[in-house]
Amino acid sequence: MTFRPLAVVSALVLALAATPAAAKTFRYAFQGDLNALDPYTLNESFTLGALGNVMEGLTKRDQDLKIIPGLAERWEVIDPLKWRFYLRKGVKFHGGEDFTADDVIFSLERMRSPGSQIKTRAPADMKAVKVDDHTVDFVLASPNPILHAEWDTWYIFSKKWSEANGATQAQSAQATSLNPFALKANGTGPFIIVSHEPGVKTVFKANPNWWGKPEHNLDEAIFQTIKSDATRVAALLSGDIDMMDPVPVQDIDRVKSNPNVTVLTGPELRTIFLNMDSMRDELLYSNVKGKNPFKDARVRKAVYQAIDMEAIHTKVMRGMSANSALLISPLLYARAGEFKRWPYDTAAAKKLLAEAGYPNGFEVTLDCPNDRYVNDEGICQAVAQMLSRIDVKVKLNAMPKAKFFQKAGQTDKYDSSFNLLGWTPGSFDSWNVIANIIGCRDANGKGGLFNYGGYCNQRIEELAQKILVETDNGKRDEMIAEAFRINHEEVGVLPLHQQALAWGVSKKVSIVQRADNQILFYWAKMQ
Amino acid sequence: MLAFTIRRLFEAAIVMLTVALLAFVLFRFVGDPINQMVGQDTSLEDRLRLREELGLNDPVPVQFARFVASAARFDFGISYQMKQPVTAIISERAPATIELALVAALFAVSLGIPMGVYTGIHRESWLSKLFLSVSLIGVSLPTFLIGIFLIYVFAVKLGVLPSFGRGEVVRLGFWNTGLLTASGLKALILPAITLGLFQMTLVTRLVRAEMLEVLRTDYIKFARARGLTLRAINFGHALKNTLVPVITVIGLQLGAVIAFAIITETVFQWPGMGLMFIQAVQNADIPVMAAYLLLVAFLFVLINFLVDLIYVRVDPRIRIYGRGV
Repeated sequence: MTFRPLAVVSALVLALAATPAAAKTFRYAFQGDLNALDPYTLNESFTLGALGNVMEGLTKRDQDLKIIPGLAERWEVIDPLKWRFYLRKGVKFHGGEDFTADDVIFSLERMRSPGSQIKTRAPADMKAVKVDDHTVDFVLASPNPILHAEWDTWYIFSKKWSEANGATQAQSAQATSLNPFALKANGTGPFIIVSHEPGVKTVFKANPNWWGKPEHNLDEAIFQTIKSDATRVAALLSGDIDMMDPVPVQDIDRVKSNPNVTVLTGPELRTIFLNMDSMRDELLYSNVKGKNPFKDARVRKAVYQAIDMEAIHTKVMRGMSANSALLISPLLYARAGEFKRWPYDTAAAKKLLAEAGYPNGFEVTLDCPNDRYVNDEGICQAVAQMLSRIDVKVKLNAMPKAKFFQKAGQTDKYDSSFNLLGWTPGSFDSWNVIANIIGCRDANGKGGLFNYGGYCNQRIEELAQKILVETDNGKRDEMIAEAFRINHEEVGVLPLHQQALAWGVSKKVSIVQRADNQILFYWAKMQ
Repeated sequence: MLAFTIRRLFEAAIVMLTVALLAFVLFRFVGDPINQMVGQDTSLEDRLRLREELGLNDPVPVQFARFVASAARFDFGISYQMKQPVTAIISERAPATIELALVAALFAVSLGIPMGVYTGIHRESWLSKLFLSVSLIGVSLPTFLIGIFLIYVFAVKLGVLPSFGRGEVVRLGFWNTGLLTASGLKALILPAITLGLFQMTLVTRLVRAEMLEVLRTDYIKFARARGLTLRAINFGHALKNTLVPVITVIGLQLGAVIAFAIITETVFQWPGMGLMFIQAVQNADIPVMAAYLLLVAFLFVLINFLVDLIYVRVDPRIRIYGRGV
């Protein structure tokens, strides 16, 4: 075959001319990657958000995170142990398969397969029973008021497609053969994945046959990773992309000063807090021998009152945080307003320390991640400096997240005396926080796995058991309030703040910023 | 020649085994991959099971032996993060890095050598002084600053070049190239300059120093006395005799450019191996880190070997010496 440049060029021109002139392409960038396209293998909000444009669960969440119908038109709690879901009719997967009750039952099995990282989406002893093609009953062993809280990100697979593509199991981490699903997707959602290069670029196109009424006006969306903060800012300013997340705190003003772009800010759900080892009889990293100062609630409260959160809010976070009295975002707990932080008061803190028998303070090491949360190391530096005012000498030990979670977490048996951690409850519900963060655990991590300080109060344990099965909202919220009140009084875990979201957005685009930081472009409109 | 090659291969194996061993000792300090692989709600039992299945509980020598055994079959396992075979990821990412490195090296050599020759011959001219001061900036500014500066000027202010990425790529068999599309070529300019600037400076200064040395020698004086043209003297005789050290340095630097394009790739979000490595380090993705470090070691060994071969071509003395032995 001879190479004919003219023919190639004219083919190119034709191809270009064929695309409609008004094609609206939304280009966005995030600091992290979109790796495997199997939403059951990584329980992480960015990945679930990106795939939330393509796949759908029985429920969805609206712009304020309220649960709304998704692939299920409606549902009812027939009795506390039986929930009935009525599925939407006439829905088709991108591959053309019909959506039926069999797909829901199949997806439940798949969600429980060994490689799945989303097994907690439903209780392990829950059974799914097909009533007819478009009705499914979920039968429970014990009442569960928040059964469907996370079903918006339990995406439904097509049984037929998965079987045809060998994707019936979630890709497991150590598999020697590769699940074909790792690089493919087939959902019912408003967008279809056209191509996917992990860590580089993913192209979506609008699904013309989507069952709902589109609230976007896009033809295409392109996702790219941009890891470096400065480059991400530059890409937005130069117009190479239309939206990016996150805008580094120190660049917000500079981005805002550009006439073509703006910064969308809002509260995020993640709460940052400090853990003090109140479990061991002697601290591992301290000069106090034979006893553990953090076992004394007065010492923990002294630490609390010695931290000037206003200074952290204005200086370290540059206003991009909301100080918190609770371990959960006020957006997720109706009665959050009843709680106020202990006031910043170094004199009171010194007095508490003296009462506890440490008038001259003590030394302790603070372990801190330096690449996990917004300005995490900066917060720790500020805390260390503030505590020196009450003579608690803090040695800061900042490290990358992979190392931090190993050392301060379960892997190294909580090898830390004092550390900083952040948490977003996956279910958007207080029980998750109470169980994981202030629930008692043993030295190996059995119990509250992310209770890095090992704080334990039996009353909170009792409450957690009851909250789990209480279906009356008023009673439930009262018990949650009691658990949080105990933690507040005893300063079991010391809450600091909720960090804020900052998206850089071109003025050509309007998009909804949801507090869970999922980027859902099915709500994006472009000029 | 055959004996030479075999000896080199043997040396390469030892170098790579040593690198792998060092890497494995280091991996104990990069942190725990499990927390980056699982969701926060994954139960303790599932976490412990995953550790066991990945063999992370085995003693380091056992893990090392297992790694070497499968690496010998070119099996580097599955990336913890990307859930793909490491060999597939590397072959997907390598073309980007290699193209960038070659273009950067070409840029460094094609500008560096003429600038070196010029500044060597016209020591006092203002142009020489300009070249030397510019090249001083090249060595003294950190790569990421140069990258950000170029992005700021050419992407944000002037808007003529893209700020990140590789543009459109064309797939040719196993290779994907950005050299055949306009957007690919445009995307290559800034990263190649950023990556090549330091090497260009190095080449300029090295050639200049060598030229100054050679121009003082007797045979150049004789050549002048014979009435040869300046062109023949400077390029035919002087430059040719400066090339042995220059080739060594360029060769080793090419290895360095490929291996350590990490910063440039991060600044420009260039989808190459350096970016892949950085991401692997952050997430303690051990299979990717191990394979990458071995690949880099292999590259250096290979480039050294090629440089030795080129010597023989360039410098007849080595050839004659070699024959004698």
